[in-house]
Formats: sequence, structure tokens, C-alpha cells
Amino acid sequence: MIAVVGYYEPWWIQILKGIVIFAVALQLVPVVLMAERKLMGRMQGRYGPNRVGPYGMLQPLADIFKLLTKEQFRPATSVGFLFAFAPLISILTAVAAFAIIPFGDVQDIFGTKVGLYGIDVSIGPLYLFAFGAIAFYGIMLGGWSSGSKYSFLGAMRGAAQLISYEVSQGLALLGVIFTAQTLSLTGIVHAQAGMWYVVPQFVGFLIFLVASFAETNRAPFDLTEADAELVGGYNTEYGGGRFASYYFAEYLNVLVVSGIVTTVFLGGWLLPFGIHPPGWVDPIVVLAKMSLVTFFFIWVRATLPRLRYDQLMSFGWKVLLPLATLNALVTAILVVATH
Amino acid sequence: MTWNPGEDVVEVLRGPQAGGAGGAYRAFGETLRGLKTTFARIFEGPSTIQYPEEKVPVYPRFRGRHKLHRFESSDPTNPGLEKCVGCSLCAAACPADCIRVVAAENTQENRVSAGERYAAVYEINLSRCIFCGYCEVACPFDAITMGHDYELSDYTRSDLIFTKEMLLAEPLERTPLRNEGE
Repeated sequence: MIAVVGYYEPWWIQILKGIVIFAVALQLVPVVLMAERKLMGRMQGRYGPNRVGPYGMLQPLADIFKLLTKEQFRPATSVGFLFAFAPLISILTAVAAFAIIPFGDVQDIFGTKVGLYGIDVSIGPLYLFAFGAIAFYGIMLGGWSSGSKYSFLGAMRGAAQLISYEVSQGLALLGVIFTAQTLSLTGIVHAQAGMWYVVPQFVGFLIFLVASFAETNRAPFDLTEADAELVGGYNTEYGGGRFASYYFAEYLNVLVVSGIVTTVFLGGWLLPFGIHPPGWVDPIVVLAKMSLVTFFFIWVRATLPRLRYDQLMSFGWKVLLPLATLNALVTAILVVATH
Repeated sequence: MTWNPGEDVVEVLRGPQAGGAGGAYRAFGETLRGLKTTFARIFEGPSTIQYPEEKVPVYPRFRGRHKLHRFESSDPTNPGLEKCVGCSLCAAACPADCIRVVAAENTQENRVSAGERYAAVYEINLSRCIFCGYCEVACPFDAITMGHDYELSDYTRSDLIFTKEMLLAEPLERTPLRNEGE
């Protein structure tokens, strides 16, 4: 499963990288949370949180502290083990998916060669979709084991939605994989040295972006939560630390998707116009591109209202899926014709 | 007679009907327009008023907490006589029945008001007051008027019964008044 790498990486580097990635992911989530609340506030003509700490910057900390100190409550009708286990699945898969996002090329740090990514799997997108599929169990089991009709409805909607859009998402990536001729994410970045895939694969980029909104359960596809109809969807019965886990996983998923879009379509750590900065700039470039994509996610959430359920389904199956299939087909024909 | 719409007709631009390629195109265009709108809002800045620090100025005729008045006096140690003569017309006019007046006779030694009598007890129960301003209208001497204070919450109900001394005193914090044309 590990890609063939032309260098030796000591075992302790792997552990170190794991810790660094987990720490970075943990630190990024409150930042995204804050950015979302502030930006959405500005877009709606208000300030957003500005009471806790300077400019309200300690608000996420206060929120997390509040949630963690709350009582762990569960309904009498819930299935105890699964009820506690489901948020864990969500958070685990989100962090695991974060491991494959490449933040830079292989660097020489004090004589040790280190790849600036968790692991460079030779099946990059498949790994992502595998964990995406497991993450869906987090929502499904959470909603089901709550023993509440709203949670159940939310989970059922989530099931239908995630399955529908995962197909389009996968097919949208297929075009890129055809062109790059590799499944390794670092390989895909290296293949974009001439031109980022957002240009030749623009249709694929749009489809992937739209499907990602559905995959991360964010507006306008937040049908699984749909607070206006389902109270809170799959997490209606959750509170305290377990709710925090779901919340954390949701925002981490946004970051993961931003990272994947950056890697696959926006050229990862590469800069345009043939600029080759030193290696330590790479993670900054990736983070900057990721924050741009995350900004787009927040921007869309502040703009678009939630879709109706039948609209969601017909859009996924009647528009996105044929378009993604056509895109993959045309790309395949072009790739074969030009080689 | 047929109705001629003439200039009353407002032309509404309509795109193609929903569904099909036309609908998809229109939905995409409208999405972009929506994104433009929200993005422009960022630069417009928030229109929120940060309430406890920043207050909305009230209009001059705003009916807030009542005030009792005295006649003007040039001597700062000896404030002017109270305008209220204890006639209880305000209490009679009050629909919420929240004013209580007990009148007493003015004497040579103890002269409180300009009239024959004065209000020995003047209480307004602000937890019952509906701020209709009828007391102000009923008062023949303009002794009671509606002020501009609106921050009137308290911890107990009895704290909301304002006595004569409290109503005569200047409010601790002045409510900002709206300027002309603001």
C-alpha cells in the first residue's frame, strides 16, 4: 500500500509526523470555526462573536470548554454502545483522511529526508473515499442509535445523500487520475508542474467542489442537519463532548476537502509562473490555497439556502452524475488519443 | 370600460422557466449573483449597534421613565418648589393604576409645592406602568413628564416602585437624544 519511495524514512519520523499532523489539524479547526462565524457575520451585516477575548478570538475555546464540561446525556431509547461510538468514528476518519494531504515535497531536514505529509499512499483517492465511506457510518450509526425519529430521518437522508454524491465525486477525480496517470497525491501534484488541473479539468473541478459540499454536509446540502425541519438531524440527541466530536469532524472534513481540492486541482505546493521557492515555503503555499477553498465554503454557506430533498436527489443523479461520467469519458478519449 | 394599464405596468425580466438547460443556466447565474451580493456585504461593514456600550439615541417625544419637576431656582442650596400639587389627576387618568398619590397641606414652616397642597407620597410602580403618557396629559401643572430612560430592569419588584425623591432626581446616566434630522 505504501508508495515506492526513493528514500529511507526512519520509524521515529513517522511518529513525529503523526503528532505534528494531529496537532496542526487540531489547531486549524478552531481557526476555521472562528473564520466561519466572523466571515458569515460580516456577510450578514453583523460582527460575529466579539465578546470573548480580543476581537472574540477566544470564542471557540469557550465553546469547546462549555461543551466538554457538560453532562454526558443519552436518551433512554438509545443504544448505548453505538451512541458513544458513532462520534468517535466520525472524528477518527476525519483525522485519518487528513494524513494523506501533502503539504510539501520531500525535504532534507538536518540530514534526514522527510516527506511533508502523513503517508504517501499509492492509492490516494481510494484511501480518501474509503475513509469517507466509513465516516458515513459515524453519521448513520449516530442517528440510528439515538432512538429518536428526527435523528433517524437525518441519518437516512445522510445515507442517501452521501451515496449519491460520492459517486459523482469519485468520477470527477477520475479525469485527473487519467491525466496524471498516477493515484499517488504527491504524484498528482508533480504532474501539475506545467499547468494546474483546474484549467484542463475545469468541469471536473466544479463537479468535485459541488459534490464536496454534499459530502461534508454543508450548506446548501446540509440536509442531514436541516435544523428547520429535523431539529438537528443525526446529532439531535447529542450534547457535550460527543456533539463537540461531531462538530469537530465536520470542520475537519471541510479542511480535508479543501486540502484535496488544493492538491488535486490547484497544484498543491506549486506556484505559477515558474516560481520555485525554498522547501520550507511549501506548507505555507498549501495552507494559503486551503484557506482560499475554505473561504469559498464559508462564502457559499452564507449565500445559498438549503435545497429541498427532491431537488438534492434529482440534482445529484440527473445533473451531476451524467456530467461527471461525460467528463471522465471525454478525458479518457483525449488521453488515449494524444498518447 | 376597459382598464388601460398605461404607466402602471412594471416590466419584469423573466428568464427561461425552471427545468432543463435553461433552468440550470439560470440557477447558475443566480448563484453567481448571490455570491456577488454576499461578497459585497463584507466591505459594507456591519450595521450592528453594540448595545451596552453604544445606545440608540431616542426621539424627543420618546416615552421613557417619568420625571417629576421643580420650579427653577437660582440658588443651588435651595432647590425650587415642586410643581406637583398632589391633585391625583394623574392617578385617576392612569389606565394601569400604577400611580399612588397621598396629598398633604402646605404650611408656612414646611412649604413644598407652589399650590395649597403637595404630594407627601408620590409612587409609580414601573413594573405595572404601560408608558402611555396619560399622566403627562392629565397633569394641569406639567409636574410629571415622560423622560427618556428605558433601561429599567431590576432584581426585585419592589425596587421598581419609584418614590418621589427618585422621580425628582436627575437620572444617573443620560439617555442619548436624537438630533434634528438624525
